[in-house]
Amino acid sequence: MDSVVLDPAIRFMLNGEDVTVTPFPGERLSQVLRERLGARDVKIGCNAGDCGACSVLVDGENVCACLMMAQQAQGRSVETVAGLMAGDDLHARALEQRFQDHGAAQCGICTPGMVVSAVALLRACPAPDEEAVKEALAGVLCRCTGYRKIIDAVLDRPAMPDEAGGGAGASIRRLDGRAKLAGSEQFGDDVAAAGTLEIALVRSPYPRAAFEIGDTQAFLRDNAGIETILTANDVPGENRFGVIPAFADQPVFAERVARFRGEAVAAVVGSPEAIRVFDPERFPVTWTVLDAVTDVEAALAGGAPQLHEGRDGNVMCGGFVTCGDAEAALARADIVVESRTGSGFVEHAYIEPEAGYAEMVDGRVEIHACTQAPVMDREAMEIILGMDARDIRIVPTGVGGGFGSKLDISVQPYLALGTIKTGRPVRITLSRTESMQSTTKRHPSDIRLRIGAMKDGRISGFDFRGDFDTGAYASWGPTVANRVPVHASGPYRIGDYRAEARGIHTNCPPAGAFRGFGVPQSAIAQETLFDALAEKLGMDPLDFRLVNALEDGEPTVCGQIFRQGVGITACLEALRPGWEAEREAAAAFNRDSAGPLRRGVGIAAGWYGCGNTSLPNPSTIKAGVTAQGRIRLHQGAMDIGQGANTVIAQIFATALGVPTSSLDLVGADTDVTPDAGKTSASRQTFVSGNAARLCGEALRAQLLRAVNASPAATIEPGDNTIAFVDGERTHSIPLHTLEPDAEGYVFLAAETYDPPTKPLDANGQGIPYAQFGYAAQIAVVEVDTALGTIRPIRFIAAHDVGKAINPMLVEGQIQGGIAQGLGMALMEEYIPGRTENLHDYLIPTIGDVPPIESIIVEVPDEHGPYGVKGLGEHVLIPTAPAILNAIHHACGVRLSAVPATPSRLSAAIREDRR
Amino acid sequence: MPYVAPITVEEALLAMGDGAMRVVAGCTDYFPSRKAGEGEPTLLDLTRVRALRGISETPQGWRIGATSTWTDILRAPLPPAFDALKLAAREVGSVQIQNLGTLAGNLCNASPAADGVPPLLALEAEVEIAARGSTRRIPLSRFITGVRSTDLQPGEIVTALHIPSPPDGTRSAFLKLGSRRYLVISIAMVAVNLTLRDGRIGDARVAVGACSPVATRLPALEAALDGVAVCDLADDTLVTEAHLAPLSPLDDVRGSASFRLHSVAELCRRAIRKAVGQEACHG
Repeated sequence: MDSVVLDPAIRFMLNGEDVTVTPFPGERLSQVLRERLGARDVKIGCNAGDCGACSVLVDGENVCACLMMAQQAQGRSVETVAGLMAGDDLHARALEQRFQDHGAAQCGICTPGMVVSAVALLRACPAPDEEAVKEALAGVLCRCTGYRKIIDAVLDRPAMPDEAGGGAGASIRRLDGRAKLAGSEQFGDDVAAAGTLEIALVRSPYPRAAFEIGDTQAFLRDNAGIETILTANDVPGENRFGVIPAFADQPVFAERVARFRGEAVAAVVGSPEAIRVFDPERFPVTWTVLDAVTDVEAALAGGAPQLHEGRDGNVMCGGFVTCGDAEAALARADIVVESRTGSGFVEHAYIEPEAGYAEMVDGRVEIHACTQAPVMDREAMEIILGMDARDIRIVPTGVGGGFGSKLDISVQPYLALGTIKTGRPVRITLSRTESMQSTTKRHPSDIRLRIGAMKDGRISGFDFRGDFDTGAYASWGPTVANRVPVHASGPYRIGDYRAEARGIHTNCPPAGAFRGFGVPQSAIAQETLFDALAEKLGMDPLDFRLVNALEDGEPTVCGQIFRQGVGITACLEALRPGWEAEREAAAAFNRDSAGPLRRGVGIAAGWYGCGNTSLPNPSTIKAGVTAQGRIRLHQGAMDIGQGANTVIAQIFATALGVPTSSLDLVGADTDVTPDAGKTSASRQTFVSGNAARLCGEALRAQLLRAVNASPAATIEPGDNTIAFVDGERTHSIPLHTLEPDAEGYVFLAAETYDPPTKPLDANGQGIPYAQFGYAAQIAVVEVDTALGTIRPIRFIAAHDVGKAINPMLVEGQIQGGIAQGLGMALMEEYIPGRTENLHDYLIPTIGDVPPIESIIVEVPDEHGPYGVKGLGEHVLIPTAPAILNAIHHACGVRLSAVPATPSRLSAAIREDRR
Repeated sequence: MPYVAPITVEEALLAMGDGAMRVVAGCTDYFPSRKAGEGEPTLLDLTRVRALRGISETPQGWRIGATSTWTDILRAPLPPAFDALKLAAREVGSVQIQNLGTLAGNLCNASPAADGVPPLLALEAEVEIAARGSTRRIPLSRFITGVRSTDLQPGEIVTALHIPSPPDGTRSAFLKLGSRRYLVISIAMVAVNLTLRDGRIGDARVAVGACSPVATRLPALEAALDGVAVCDLADDTLVTEAHLAPLSPLDDVRGSASFRLHSVAELCRRAIRKAVGQEACHG
């Protein structure tokens, strides 16, 4: 009897439509949907069932399309998010509205998976409780939101979005939210047409190895469909890049020696079929493994191999701040405590791996890729390609999470080189493992800290020394080294201070920017030692912080004096009711509980300077009015999920005096939109927001001048006209009678804002930032002392944002930041060669993030638009130390390293009891 | 013939030939294990073989078809002795994984941290294996022979699991320890099945996963539990080091060996108490 061999063609229903395709044997359903059937709403985050972004319904059952063999769809019905939204599924339609009303989609890459999972749940159980929602959505990871707003949306908890036109201060829906819900937002892998040439990279399997590339011609001959090979020899400009020009040290392709596991040495470009069967291990390259240094201690040891010429002893650079006399103050202090704390690599783990598409258009290179910094990308490509900026166009795609890592170029050079060499369009998408191996991480830290205090609780002396593992290349390591000494004091008044940070090279992946640039690590050291100090002094941890809190008119450790806007006391005071209630509740719980569960409540604070440290940091925002009466905002501040598209528009609309809903947004395409700087350093709402305000004001002045209207006049955009109501008088401009410029505008304004700073001297004294934002958080945890497990049960977070332009988005930042801080505190540690996927590298799931109460504090800042301060990084700085302090409060154990895994905490508890 | 989807067991066995084919069903382990550029194996997809899926009561107990999914287990009207298996089913990855992943796949993949194995050991499951012209049954404890290795011979496929009728009144519990709430590979896990008569434990079966190359039962602990009064369960010396002698945990990124041993003792105590449940102590 013959076996049944399936017809190679399969037929199934896709979103109600009968489709027939011929997949290759064992093709994933996700690939069939995306590449053969154009269902790019199905997002790929891991290809291993770990992230759930690709969730689809098959005969109504929720499955990861990446784990289902396409042949198994034969005869079945497949529903994707786009189909659910376009059809008449009532649950999907309701979720579409509720997700937007709650701000439950940030970057949007996980949203299709979340919505599909929620539809499956609601069909089976129309009125679920929170536990049921968590269980149903547990298979989808989100790195932006902290999940709480997703839970609220699925449960249909009340949301109160403001009207769509709302300006500064209104909780309006995200302007780009609809596309994220429908799955129609195009991320890095969603641009290229099916069949486009693909690029695959050959990477070093060793942390340090010399290599020689063999006979590539023979390889090309033997591998049909591989069009070309790229190596360092194909780089027409300099084979070197780096976000800080003085430290640019990273090659596009390594030459002779690879310095970290995962470093690219060559690439192949070929048809999708050829790339599918391309095995990097068969590429002609011979490796000679060399001794590697994989941690700071080894890198600093005498005789350690040196990674870069001119960086003796593997020390890349250092940062230093001092004021007063720390040693003398420590000597006279009544009490001195000291600690050594450490942390490992932390992976950004955005759900969208780096991806993009490039093509040649009229002799110019056009790169479509996910990025946080399009103009910096272009600057890097000018050097690598040896081309003029005018011949390079960067068109950012949607960004499925960034958190700092997408500030650096990743796929861009390979795309450009591939399209230049082949003359054809090319695409690349990093696998999850490649993304984790090769892109930047949070710096591991090793921090020694001594702090003294007088009996009245005032700090007397602070001495901080931190070494930061910057990996094989500089990336943003110098920024970390500079920022840490400026911030290591926390938002406190410390007159006698010394802080030194160093960046040390190792044969590890480059450590770069990750939400906070080293400050979350230094805050762990400082805020946990503050608790130890308060304990020795017999002071309440909140009172101790208030005694030392920085106030208006007092110098920071850099000697900068803010006459206004210092909001840390307001944040700490906002937490007092919660602090007292939770400490009391914990005491009662522990009194009544005989078992192994102990509850603890911890507090920690933080501050963060917004924008570049003592360097120019301008943003330009441009806007025009078309002859048809449309107002177009060229919004170049990359929205990576945080909401810049919405917030910058709200500020601009407020300044111009029109409803936000009347604007058309133009994105950060370098051909048409001026540079609004990078989405980094919590600067966009402050810096680009200011440029937007100035631009709105300038355009308003032009319009009012054109009709001689008074400054109080209201502007009413219309078709082919703009009307003005000025008291009793009305005016209008018949726009179609005006001569439009080359861009089609009859009115145009562009304004730039650069925050005022001054350089730091040799002692780190100066004006590093125009403003700081302030934060304080309470963590409540339950520790299972028998198993070493930690369950956060509540957070209360007070954040001074100066002015909340969109309170709903502010809450989204707070919740998402806390989730990342929680991950860093409890579970995340990237170990090269060992945790290179999302089932060995753990990030919080929907079941790990407890309710978060956000308290928005508004102490206005004189520089920020309408008083705004930055927020994006502040949100995770206090989280890890608050959790560690809560663990100590619960069980008396002070951990010296994160993550506080059950294994580590259990060992510490057992040690403590000995 | 790189992809074959038979509809009967006989066809599947014929197609197997000398066993050069890669047998797949839920594919939840197959796809994540794929490496870039890896050649495509000839695939034998069992998901169309109707006879391999389904859960039924037999005169001797229960039969679980090889390609029954974790969701099938969760939806089946099984007696309380299967509670540990159901709890484990809810911990296998996510709903998405549970909808595709199969029980036999979990066993054949032979991961030391397979969630399904401890509850099935506590149920004393047997594995039904078919080859051309023959079938055999072996205890699950002998089916998995090591890390990623089984007793499956070339040309054989797993067709079902058989669970002998559990003793009347069997209660069952499962506990899993991980570093996060969902979607987590176990640091350690424990399944317990037992009966209670007159306030005393009987028929105790305790199985531990992720603490040895193959999940294993703890016979000394089971023996020690026999006849223990519910009233004495509060005693923390219930589980001793000697009881854990069959375990040989490793140090890995999820936890140290000493942590595993320490925590598994606690998990055993808790799982035993959980299986006993609210039974009042009449001492």
